[in-house]
Amino acid sequence: MAQSRRFPRLPLFPALTVLVLLGPVAAGLWGTLLPAFGHLPAAGLSGPSLDAFRALIDWPGFGPAVRLSVTTGLAAAILSLAITALILAGWAGTRGFRVLERLLSPFLSVPHAAAAFGLAFLIAPSGWIARLFSPWLTGWDRPPDVLILNDPLGIALTLGMVMKEVPFLLLMSIAALGQIDGRRRMALSQSMGYGRMSAWMFAIYPAVYARIRLPVLVVLTWSMSVVDVAVILGPSTPPTLSVQIVRWMSDPDLAFRLQAAAAALVQLALVIGAVGLWFAGEKLVAHLACRRIEMGHRGHYDRPLRLTGFALGTAISVALLLGLLSLAIWSFAGFWTFPDLLPDQFTARNWIRHKSGGLDALFETILIAGVAGAIGMMLTIGCLETENRRNLRLTQRGMWLIYLPLIVPQTAFLPGLQTLFLGFGLDMGRAPVVLAHLVFVLPYLRLSLEGPWQAWDPRQATVAAALGASPNRVLWRIRLPMLLAPLLTAIAVGVAVSVGQYLPTLLVGGGRIETLTTEAVALASGGDRRAIGVFGLMQTAAALVPFALALALPALIWRNRKGLLHG
Amino acid sequence: MAKGLHLNKVKITHSGQPLMSINTHVAPGEVVTIMGPSGVGKSTLLSAIIGTLSPDFALSGQIHLNGRDLTTLPPDERCVGILFQDALLFPHLNVGANLAFGLAQGGTKADRRARINAALAEVGLGGFANRDPATLSGGQRARVALMRMLLSEPHALLLDEPFSGLDAELRGQVRQLVFDHAKARALPVLLVTHDAEDAEATGGPIIRLD
Repeated sequence: MAQSRRFPRLPLFPALTVLVLLGPVAAGLWGTLLPAFGHLPAAGLSGPSLDAFRALIDWPGFGPAVRLSVTTGLAAAILSLAITALILAGWAGTRGFRVLERLLSPFLSVPHAAAAFGLAFLIAPSGWIARLFSPWLTGWDRPPDVLILNDPLGIALTLGMVMKEVPFLLLMSIAALGQIDGRRRMALSQSMGYGRMSAWMFAIYPAVYARIRLPVLVVLTWSMSVVDVAVILGPSTPPTLSVQIVRWMSDPDLAFRLQAAAAALVQLALVIGAVGLWFAGEKLVAHLACRRIEMGHRGHYDRPLRLTGFALGTAISVALLLGLLSLAIWSFAGFWTFPDLLPDQFTARNWIRHKSGGLDALFETILIAGVAGAIGMMLTIGCLETENRRNLRLTQRGMWLIYLPLIVPQTAFLPGLQTLFLGFGLDMGRAPVVLAHLVFVLPYLRLSLEGPWQAWDPRQATVAAALGASPNRVLWRIRLPMLLAPLLTAIAVGVAVSVGQYLPTLLVGGGRIETLTTEAVALASGGDRRAIGVFGLMQTAAALVPFALALALPALIWRNRKGLLHG
Repeated sequence: MAKGLHLNKVKITHSGQPLMSINTHVAPGEVVTIMGPSGVGKSTLLSAIIGTLSPDFALSGQIHLNGRDLTTLPPDERCVGILFQDALLFPHLNVGANLAFGLAQGGTKADRRARINAALAEVGLGGFANRDPATLSGGQRARVALMRMLLSEPHALLLDEPFSGLDAELRGQVRQLVFDHAKARALPVLLVTHDAEDAEATGGPIIRLD
């Protein structure tokens, strides 16, 4: 083809993207597999042996850690999905829904760690909720001695995950809703006598769920293996399996790496088992729903369920908002005793004290996010344009490929990646960290750009080509400028994803790359709330400011181009 | 009040601007046709009757069905059935389950299966219960959609250009089938179309909106 002759480099993009997406995952799994079976030349060990697994099983915390990972992960995934379904079934398409959507969508990009700290500041025994009711109702004049945070059952951890995953699943569902004729399906079902909730659950939700199945799996595996939120909100003796893996990985005694690798394989097996269980659950729910449909039950208990959905949605956004607010207040707090609602005085002292550390971390965060975002955008646009020119469409299998790095638990392959880098004697520096971030940034860039890119009217390109424009000129002069707003949004999404990354920064950076996220999470055990406030707030700002820019810039650049502003 | 569907001085406004008004009565077994160019508010009127009018619109006047005032009832309590241009069979359910979804509540499992099979046989689709709706032809889909709606025992039937997707030959057949079934059940039928042939085939009054 004449086109591909003129652009010999373009076909490289998909290959390069797949390599960047899957290379680290495959290499990391390999690097986990070897030490798990006793092979770690860096420590002078060579396998194969099952000692690592024996040591792991002999560790007294093994059973509880496994149980915690499975129960908190499944509970978080089921609760998030149920709350999302309740909100959608009760409100999708109404004015109330638009309110909820506006309340929840800004929180999508708030880093997990910042949201978790916010929740901790709310529900801790000395947190805002306890202060609000003390001492007049509770009689407490000092914080009660109860274990709310880091509770042994992982309830706080589960709540923290649900709070962050509901906005994610909700926005994914809204995108899916755009692809099905929900309004008429609803009208039809209601005209056959179905109440709103039943109509939605039986006639619309199956189609939505089929389209958000991969994001749901991301929520499941991510909730089972999350580290930063579990460090902040989860139990500590024993912690979840993933947290323990990271503890072993950072032990100076290299022998513990074998145990960590064995645990990483167990974590992978747990996730695979849980996904299998989830698939079985899907079948069961579908079967039960079909039986209900066969009996034609109409269901008319709408009001309480609708109110519950709205209340839960509002509660989540209020909790997220108040959590961030309490981060801000702590960061400026002077002397603040229990049970006062506010500090005695506000001061900039905390910010001044952390100025140099904070600025260094901010710089590192922006550098890594910027480079990862830029490389990610080049690869993503390269892929989209290549697929366009060769008339390819993203298949269901391609979609799985994109989601794969998000579904494989981070704790299963990142330790191996670190071990591999170590084995090759590569310096743990910024470049490997950027590469590790790309693995997680790329899928979100693609997901964010896919819709707007395909929705662009291809007749614009036909017109330009008829005027003599080359495909490159069409791309640079027509398509990209017209897609400025979605491109900037995608960059903001990519930056927010990178800013929030904890484990890739910590493990692949060998603990020497300090971003706002690693610094904030490192503060969790110390309990210096003022410092947590400073770093948590900076982390949130680093994720949110790009979104504000992504909204403001197109409005500024295209201020005299009405046709480009409404999209 | 008399049997049938009464649209009593129904007026619909869109953010304050008058969109359409209508005052008519559809007797049981009768088909009244509403014709007019697109954008005149035909489908909006049907939404108002089934109770799914979007909040951007406002309705004045009353809608009565067999003496019941529907105007303020929620859609699921109105007993007004509707058929759209697309059959809108649920793709995640087989043909039988689609009909079961429509079939009014009650009866044992065996009863319900028997009624569904009878309904399928009635429109020449006996033995189709386990089929995937995606494998049906357009005419078969339309027939399943009709039976699904009728099994829910509506007291009136609204037709939102339900024949426009079918080719000429099929169109006449399906149209006759729908009208026959509606007449047999003495349902008042309101048909919205922009096709003159559809309108004439009803043999009933025609209201033109413009």
